[in-house]
Amino acid sequence: MYRYVINRLLFLIPTVLGVVFIIFLVMSMTPGDPARALLGDAAPQAQIDELNRQLGYDLPFFEKYVRYIYQVVVHQDFGVSYFTKQSVFEEVWPRYKVTVSLAFMGVVLSSLIGIPFGIYTAVRQYSLWDTIPSLIAFFTAAIPSFVFGMLLLYLFSLKLNWFPSYGIESWKSYIMPALAVSIPPAAMNLRFTKSSMLESIRQDYVRTARAKGASETTVIWKHALKNALLPVVTNVGMSLGNLICGAVVAEKLFSIPGIGSLIVDRITYKDEPVIIAGTILISVCFTVVMLVVDLIYAYIDPRIRAKYARTRG
Amino acid sequence: MIYLMKNTVQPQVSQTPEKIVFKKQSQAKEVWRMYKKNKGAMIGLVLFSFILVMLAGADFIVPYSAATKGVFSQINQPPSAEHIFGTDSYGRDVFARVLYGGRTSLLIALLATMSSCLIGSTLGAISGYFGGRVDSIIMRSLDIFMSIPDILFTMAVVFALGANFQNLLIALTLAYFTNYVRLVRSQVLTLSEQDYVEAAKAGGAGSTRIILSHILPNAMGVIIVNTTLNVAKIILYESTLSFLGLGMPPPTPEWGLMLAEAREFMRAAPHLLFFPTLAIVVSASSINLIGDGLRDALDPQLKS
Repeated sequence: MYRYVINRLLFLIPTVLGVVFIIFLVMSMTPGDPARALLGDAAPQAQIDELNRQLGYDLPFFEKYVRYIYQVVVHQDFGVSYFTKQSVFEEVWPRYKVTVSLAFMGVVLSSLIGIPFGIYTAVRQYSLWDTIPSLIAFFTAAIPSFVFGMLLLYLFSLKLNWFPSYGIESWKSYIMPALAVSIPPAAMNLRFTKSSMLESIRQDYVRTARAKGASETTVIWKHALKNALLPVVTNVGMSLGNLICGAVVAEKLFSIPGIGSLIVDRITYKDEPVIIAGTILISVCFTVVMLVVDLIYAYIDPRIRAKYARTRG
Repeated sequence: MIYLMKNTVQPQVSQTPEKIVFKKQSQAKEVWRMYKKNKGAMIGLVLFSFILVMLAGADFIVPYSAATKGVFSQINQPPSAEHIFGTDSYGRDVFARVLYGGRTSLLIALLATMSSCLIGSTLGAISGYFGGRVDSIIMRSLDIFMSIPDILFTMAVVFALGANFQNLLIALTLAYFTNYVRLVRSQVLTLSEQDYVEAAKAGGAGSTRIILSHILPNAMGVIIVNTTLNVAKIILYESTLSFLGLGMPPPTPEWGLMLAEAREFMRAAPHLLFFPTLAIVVSASSINLIGDGLRDALDPQLKS
C-alpha cells in the first residue's frame, strides 16, 4: 500500500517535467513575445530584442527548459513574472488558494445537493419525488455553468442586492460563484447516486436485510447506501479535479482573482513563468486529488483493500 | 455487449408446422426495436431531427443577412410578431441568430466529436491491444496531458492560430480525445481476452485485422453511446469557450457568443439570455436522451 502511494507520488516528477515541457513547447510555437506585449507595437525592434534577451525569453527552447528546471529544483525559485516583475510564487500562491477554496466549496455544495437527492429519488423511484428532481437534474446537465452564474448574478446582485457581484471581499463573495460551479456537478452527483443506489437496492443482501426484519431506515442507510456510495466517491473526486481546472469560467464571470483567470490573462502577455508555475500547481493538485480518491476508494471498499493486502503484503 | 456479439436468432413458426424458418435479424434492426420502446429516447430523436431540419432549411425560413445585419432603430426589442425571438443589441433578429448559430455550434460539435473519436480510439486501441511498453508510454503521456487544464490548450491554439472554425475544431479535439483513449483501451483490454480473439490469433490473423474486424466492432456500442453523449458535452464546452472570447469571432452567430453579448443587457433584455439558453438546453438534452436510449438499446445490462 505504501509502495503504491509512493509510486504514485513519484509519478508527480515526470508529470511536472512533462507539463513544463509541453507549455514551453506550446509557447514557443505560438507567435508573439513578451517584450512586444509589454512595450507595444510601436517600440523599435532593437529595444524589443534587448528586453527579450534580458527576460531570458530568446534562449533556445531546450536551454530554456533545462535552465528553468535547474532553477526550480536547485534554488526552489519559480522566477520573476515578465509582466509585473514580481516573484512568481507570491503572485500565484494567493490566487491558487482562492481557486482551491472555491473548488472545495463547489464540491461540498454539489455533494450536499446531489447525493441526498440522489438517494431520495432512488428510494422513491417512479413517484413524483423521483420524477421532478430527476427532470431538473436532466435539464441542468444541459445548461452551461456560466449561464447559471449569469442568472445568479442577475437575481442576487442586480435584483435583490444580497451579494457583491465581483471580487473577493468576505465569505459572502464566495457564495454565488460556489453555487454556480456546483450546479453541474450536483446534477451529475444526483444521477450517479441514483443509479448506483437503484442498483444496490436490488441486490440480494438488501433483500436479506429486509427479510430478517430490519427497519426500512436501517436497510436504506446501512445496507444499501454504504455500498452505493463507492462510485459516488469517485465522481466527487473527479468533480473536485475538474473544478480546480474549470473554475476559470466562474472566476471570469464574477471577477474573482483565481489562478485560472490569472493564467488566462497572462497568456496574452506570454508571461511564461506565471503560466508555467500556475499550471504546475493545478496539475499537482489534480494528480494528488486523483490519488486521494483512489486511496479513499481502497479504504472504504474492503474488497479492494483485501486485494492490496494479498498482493503487496 | 453480449447483445451485440451475437445476432439474435429467433425461430419463427410458419404455417406448415414441419418447416421452421430461422429469421436472422440484423443488428441495427434489433437495436432499433429496443430503441423504439424507450419513450424518452424517441422524444429526443424527434426533437433532434426537428432541430436538424430547421437548421438545414434555415435559408428558407430567414435570410442569413437577418442574423448579421442589424437595424439600428430596433435595438433590444422584446419578442413580437415580426421578430418572434426579439432583437439583440445591434438590432439583429435573435431567431435568425439562434438558427444560424445552431449551424455553427452543431457542426463544430459533430466534427470535433468525430475527430476526437477517431484519434482517441486509434490511440486507445493501440495502447490496449499491444500493452507493455507501448501502453505505458501512451497512458503516462496521457496522464501528463490530462493534468494540464483543457482551457489552457484551447487558449494556446486559439491565440496562436487565430479564432476560426478550423482552429476551434483542433482545440476541441485536443480537449476531448483523451476520454476515448481510456474508454477504448479498457474495452480492448476486456475484449482481447475473449475466446474469439484467441481463435483469430490461432488462425493467424494479424494485429490490424484483429483490432479492426474482431475487437472494434464489438467495442462499437460503447463508443457510439459515448460519442453521442460527447456531442452534447462539446456543445456546452464550446459555448463556454465563446463566452470566454475563445470561440468564433464576434459577427458570427453562435450560441455562446450570443450569451456573452446578452450579459450586458440582462436587465433590459432578458430574452437575449433566454433564447440561446433554450437552444442549448433543447439540443443538448435531446442528444442526451438519444444517447441514454442508445445505451439502453445497445446494452440492456447497463440499464439503470
